[in-house]
Order: sequence, then C-alpha cells, then structure tokens
Amino acid sequence: MAAIKQPSVLPGFGLTFGFTTFFLSAVVLIPLAALVLMAASMTWHDFVRVVFSARAMGSYRLSFGASFLAASINLVFGFIIAWTLVRYEFPGRKLIDALIDMPFALPTAVSGIALTTVFAENGWIGQYLQPLGIKVAYTWIGVTVALTLIGLPFAVRSVQPALLEVQRDLEDAAETLGAGRLYVFRRIILPTVLPALLTGFTLAFARAVGEYGSVIFIAGNLPMKTEITPLLIVIRLEEFDYKGAAALGFVMLVISFVVLLMINLLQAWGRRRIVAGAR
Amino acid sequence: MAAGAQSASLDDVSTRPGRDTIVSSIVRWTFISLSLLFLAALLFAPLATVFVMAFEKGWRAYVHSFADPDTAAAIRLTLITALVVVPLNTVFGLAASWAIAKFEFRGKSFLITLIDLPLAISPVISGMVYVLLFGLHGWFGVWLQEHDISVIFALPGIILATMFVTFPYVARELIPLMQQLGNDEEEAAITLGAGGWITFFRVTLPKVRWGLVYGVILCNARAMGEFGAVSVVSGHIRGLTNTMPLHIEILYNEYNFVGAFAVASLLTLLAVATLVVKTLVERTGYRRR
Repeated sequence: MAAIKQPSVLPGFGLTFGFTTFFLSAVVLIPLAALVLMAASMTWHDFVRVVFSARAMGSYRLSFGASFLAASINLVFGFIIAWTLVRYEFPGRKLIDALIDMPFALPTAVSGIALTTVFAENGWIGQYLQPLGIKVAYTWIGVTVALTLIGLPFAVRSVQPALLEVQRDLEDAAETLGAGRLYVFRRIILPTVLPALLTGFTLAFARAVGEYGSVIFIAGNLPMKTEITPLLIVIRLEEFDYKGAAALGFVMLVISFVVLLMINLLQAWGRRRIVAGAR
Repeated sequence: MAAGAQSASLDDVSTRPGRDTIVSSIVRWTFISLSLLFLAALLFAPLATVFVMAFEKGWRAYVHSFADPDTAAAIRLTLITALVVVPLNTVFGLAASWAIAKFEFRGKSFLITLIDLPLAISPVISGMVYVLLFGLHGWFGVWLQEHDISVIFALPGIILATMFVTFPYVARELIPLMQQLGNDEEEAAITLGAGGWITFFRVTLPKVRWGLVYGVILCNARAMGEFGAVSVVSGHIRGLTNTMPLHIEILYNEYNFVGAFAVASLLTLLAVATLVVKTLVERTGYRRR
C-alpha cells in the first residue's frame, strides 16, 4: 500500500480503498467484464453478422439519428433557456429554474406514458399537429421528443454556469466602443460558453443514445423503423440470444466510452480556456 | 443555482444606459416566450397529464386503484429495493470519497472515471450484464440452477441492477466536496488523539452533511424510478418481481390508464419531493458544481 500512496497522518486508507475497489469490482467491473467476455466468445464472423445485420443497422440509424437531433434541439433551447434564466427577471423564474431538473428526477416510465398521452392523435398537443399532417406518437418524431426531454437538464445545467462567467464589463466595453449586440454575442459571449455548449450537447447525446424507458412507450417499436438499439438488445435477451445481445451491448459500450472521452476532452478544453482568460 | 449572485447583477442590467431599447425588449420577450413554450410543451403538459389522467374517473377510482394487490406489491418491492440499495451505495460513497479525497495515490483519476462509468452506460446494458452472469444461459446460470438459487427474475437481480445504475450518485457528490473542504480539521483531530472513527463521525460527517443529503436523495430518486435496467432482470412477474415503474408499463399496456397514471402520480410526487429537498439543500449554501 505504501508504494502507491503518499504518506498521511489520516487513518483508514486501507479500509476505504479496499472496500471501494472491492465494491466497484463486484457491482460494476466484473459484470461489465462478463459482457465483454460474452461478446469475445463469438467468432468474428458471427459478431459481424449480428452487429451489421439490417435490423441492427436500422436501430443504430434511429438511435443515433434521433439522439443527434434531440441533442441539437437541446443545444439551441438549452442555450435559450439558460440565457433566459440567467439574464432576465420574470415571475416564476426560480420555480422554472428548479423544474429544469425534473426530467432527471422523474422516472423514465412516467415521462414515457405522459409524453405519449400528450402527443397522441387525441392528446393535448397531438390533436393540433394531426391536421397539419404531423404524427408524433409512434414515429421517429416521438422518439426525438422523448430524447429531447431527458437530455434537456444536461444542456441547460452545462450552459448556465458558463453564462454566469461571461464578463459583463467586457460586453459593456465592447458596446461602448460601438459593437452591436450580435457582434458582442459572436465575439464575446459565444466563445466563453462554447465549451459548455458542446459539453451539454455531448452529455445530452450520451444520455439519449442509451435511453430506454421513455422511448419505448412513444416509439412504435417496429423493426427497422421505430426500434431503438437498447430495445433490440432487450428483444435478443428475451429470445435467450445472449451472445447477440452482448455483441450489440458491446457496440453501445464502445460508443459510450468514445463519448465519455469526448466529454472529458471538452471539459479540459473549457477549463484551459477559463484559466487562459483569467491570466 | 447561484440565485443570489444572479439577482444582484440583474439589477445592474436594468440601470445600464442603452439597454432599454425596443430591440432589446423584443429579444427579451422572444427568449422568455420561447423558453416557456418549449418547457410547456415538453415538460409542463406531460406533468399535468399525469394527474389529469390519474383523476380522470374521480377520487374514488384513483384511491381504488391502490387497492389492487399487485399495485401494493409493486410499491412494496420498490421500497424494499430502495431500502437495500440506497444505504449500500451511501456506505460505498462515503468510503470512496474518504479514500479519494483524503489521500494521494496513483491511479486516482482512473478510479474516479471507473466510479462514474455507470452514468455513461445504457440502463439496458446495466441490467444485461447481470443476465449474462446469472441468467439461465449466463456464465453461472447452470451452477445457480443446480443450487436452486435464483438471481435473475428475482429480488437479488433487481437489487443488483438498481445498485449498478445508482452506484455513482453519492460518491460523485461527496468526492469534489471533500476535496474542496480539505484535510486540515481531520489532521488536527487525529494529531490531538482522536481515533479514525471519531474523526469521521464528529469532524468529517458534519462538514459534508448537505452534500451527503443531496447525493442520497438523488440516489433514492433514481433507485425508485429505474426502469430499463430493472426491466431486463425482473421477468415482469405480477405481484412478485414488478417494481412501480414496471407495473406502470403493464397497466398502461392493458389500457388501465387510471391505474397506470395513479402509480405514475406517486412517482411524480416523489420526483417533486426530491426537487424540493434539492432546492432546500442548495439554499443552505451547498451548490452543485
């Protein structure tokens, strides 16, 4: 223990470090290793056949396409909402600020059935979209709506602190020197919040790709059309095709790691910029 | 979030010369209305729907839907799961944050990444890993069957899957908080002769109590509401392995909307309570970073 740890007067390193690594291994690492081993026990040929099957490709297209679209919507509205909450005073601002975390605290099954009811053909909003020829529930649009809702807190909460960091005296100085509001936005505000915007986008995307509960109610769950990848995994498990499920899970796991890496890089970039700005 | 600092600077805005132009007030109202419209369609309407649908056939039908023994069993199972998972993950969070925040050791940031891992993983995968281990065709499936132990489609599987999903919540709240507060007081206590446990309970725990509350309520909300991971391991046996979120799915698919939304209304109230506690904790000065 002494070799890896610097000396300290505080006790309890062995106990807490040991418990942490034991519990982490038992609950998270060993089960994840089981998935990787299961996928690795397939022949390369079988793995490729499962992972690139037409049905799997269809599910990737929907999962990643809808997640990307939802994260993009959150990028725009996350900024608008964060801006509204940080810069403007209006009745109910604090309540709305607190409610932004609702999709995070609300169980996904609840948001799933509630969104489906609201956007169904006879629902509160669906009935007005129906005459326009827009079908939301049981189509890819519904999937996007559900994924937008669950990604929203990530987008808003990433941008909010960054907007607070924007130096108002810089904005004032620019305006005094004759810069228009749009110019100030482009040259001062946007560069400051850009890392946070991209982090929010990536977090919302990461959350959306893996989402299951809220989507399966509002998606039609038709193979190739409205079937997300997590649902395809569940179907494979129910067919006792563990290897097929593990292969698809492995693909999603690899993508999660890539996204996680991107988030870390973006956050490091954001921190560097703040440090550079403070100099 | 940082409400105090915000409102102070907001006062400045209105007194700044040149800000009260027509254009700026148009922009201002466009932003506010866009935000409210977006949230109304996506968040407020669904929230209101939960209660409107739950009470569609009146109070009596709402209350009556909880008399269903399967619904009662689902509520009981959810409570049991949270009662096992939340304390275990709290103990883990305290241990992990003590090890990580109080000591310098190699591989620390790697350990933090591993702890955060479940947050980046699809809930379906979080459940599936246990099926691959303990399911009938999993690594230990045959052995478990020979010894007549059921993990998948039973309570242990549900607890494990929930534990996986909610694993990081307490730890990730406490680690940055303890790092920020430093070790000075603990070192003083130890130097003056206090034991490790006394130091932990009398010095550290009071310092981090709001962070701990924050982490525990988030962990609890997720534990009670988890759907994807539990759905994979539960087997959906009515009255036996159905948690509240899974029971909502069954009732909804049977077109028992009052029943489904009645259970959903309980979980919505839980979410509201979670946000209220969270807001109160933030008011004590403890903030999320």
